[in-house]
Amino acid sequence: MRIKARFQIARSEVLNFNFDISAEGITAIFGVSGCGKTSLLRVIAGLELHTNSTLQVGDEIWQDENVFLAPHQRSIGYVFQEASLFDHLCVKDNIEYGFKRASADSRNISVEHVVSLLELQSLLNKKPAFLSGGERQRVAIARALAANPRLLLMDEPLSSLDQARKAELLPYIETINKEMNIPILYVSHSNEEIGRLADQLIFIEDAVVKASGAISELLTRSDLSLAHRRQAESLIFAKAEKYDEDFQLNYLSSEVGTFLVPGKKLPPSKELRLRLVAQDISITLEEQINTSILNIFPAVIDELFVESKAQLTVRLSINKLPVLARITMKSAENLKLEKGKNVFAQIKSVAVLA
Amino acid sequence: MFTSADLTAFFLTLQLAFITTLILLILGTPLAWYLAHSRWRYKFLLEALIALPLVLPPTVLGFYLLLLLGNNGPLGYMTASLGAEPLAFSFSGLVIGSVFYSIPFVVQPLQDAFNNIGQRPMEVAATLGASPFDRFITIALPLARQGFLTAIVLGFAHTLGEFGVVLMIGGNIPGETKVLSIAIYEHVEALEYTNAHLLSASLILMSFLMLIAVYAINGRFRVVRL
Repeated sequence: MRIKARFQIARSEVLNFNFDISAEGITAIFGVSGCGKTSLLRVIAGLELHTNSTLQVGDEIWQDENVFLAPHQRSIGYVFQEASLFDHLCVKDNIEYGFKRASADSRNISVEHVVSLLELQSLLNKKPAFLSGGERQRVAIARALAANPRLLLMDEPLSSLDQARKAELLPYIETINKEMNIPILYVSHSNEEIGRLADQLIFIEDAVVKASGAISELLTRSDLSLAHRRQAESLIFAKAEKYDEDFQLNYLSSEVGTFLVPGKKLPPSKELRLRLVAQDISITLEEQINTSILNIFPAVIDELFVESKAQLTVRLSINKLPVLARITMKSAENLKLEKGKNVFAQIKSVAVLA
Repeated sequence: MFTSADLTAFFLTLQLAFITTLILLILGTPLAWYLAHSRWRYKFLLEALIALPLVLPPTVLGFYLLLLLGNNGPLGYMTASLGAEPLAFSFSGLVIGSVFYSIPFVVQPLQDAFNNIGQRPMEVAATLGASPFDRFITIALPLARQGFLTAIVLGFAHTLGEFGVVLMIGGNIPGETKVLSIAIYEHVEALEYTNAHLLSASLILMSFLMLIAVYAINGRFRVVRL
């Protein structure tokens, strides 16, 4: 579903948020705290009205010079930072609130379905006051889904939870994304969540949308600050192929090649995301054989960008996929690295995100 | 025991308190909603005006209402020209007086209750497809139910105890304007202390029970917001 937006949000500074994306799966709205991510979500929902703005979602105009649909006229689900359940209603009534108000022909998702998806069966008759933080947020997500929205908006839904609860809730969001065909706009400033969930990014910096598009592309673009961060990283999608019990080693196949990752056995059915931190990748001109590093792939240098007198970032193309490596200027000069050169990427560590 | 005149006064008082509370709920709910949500700069003027009956001697309120409702007053003149009964010294006049007299006791708890709900539940309901009226009925009203209970009990109890206003615009017509407080006053004047005791004690008991209900429901309630 295509989302075309031009927003002029008047705050202490004017935010100019323009983007045109084909929203499928999870699109993360990413930027530092206070950059206007939440405001963007609120204007998309119609909770805030700013003039000189237009918004088209699919084939519907939600806002332009002549039109402004009120929030209740937009087919959205909105999950706020705090669960914000209706305290006077039990869990079941909370979930049914939006479902009852959805038009009959848009009701593809039943209340029973979202209840089982978010495993709320045992909580249905409870009042929100008797739920834990994680349970409340699960009910809030179920309530938003049961409204059968065309677009699901989530504003840092995990930020009010502790680490353990976050880890509990993330799989639910992944399940929703997999099982339901609803595009999700997901506001976050957490690298961890973005890396794990997002298919696409809307990247906000300096009061504008700097770029939008596929996450693996945006993370490695030299014109964006993402690739210049100390923790610059690349993202690779992979699948568990086989498991070596003797060495407790996972063989993960990806378009880059097969990664060998030690640890517990990973489920073969699941799509895995591998985070490759640029600082953990080194470059050699010949393939090393007597080395402890397990993951070595042939690569072509795509672009070199200088970070400082000491360091530069190399964007490698491994089987046409972009991967960043952070090395010293000294090594770059020693190896005479330049665009188009064939090298080998040695990946010291791989983090499996899902 | 109670004389039949006392019983008449008793039921008249209940009737007055009931009708007054009902009118105040109908008028006070939108007013309180407005006060809770308006960002008008001079909203405090309206709030101060509504709080006036808390501090004014009821006789002052009664005096001006008498001028307003009396045959020579603008409202009295209007009702007279429409061929209606004059409002002063009538039950309808008492209702009007009581509405003014008890307005802060209904509007303030409602305004507090609406304020306490905050914007968030209403926003959530909006994103779930509820129109403004729908969310007022299904979210705001139930979440403000403690405020409503407080408003009802205080509005009712405060009207029960009305004296000064009644004295000024109601007079002492049995079955029409002779309410409990006036009946007590009369008994005392006539040195009928037993009757005065009976009525006073029952008024104390009723008011006390109602206030117990308010504070039990809503421990944080304050009548005057300062």
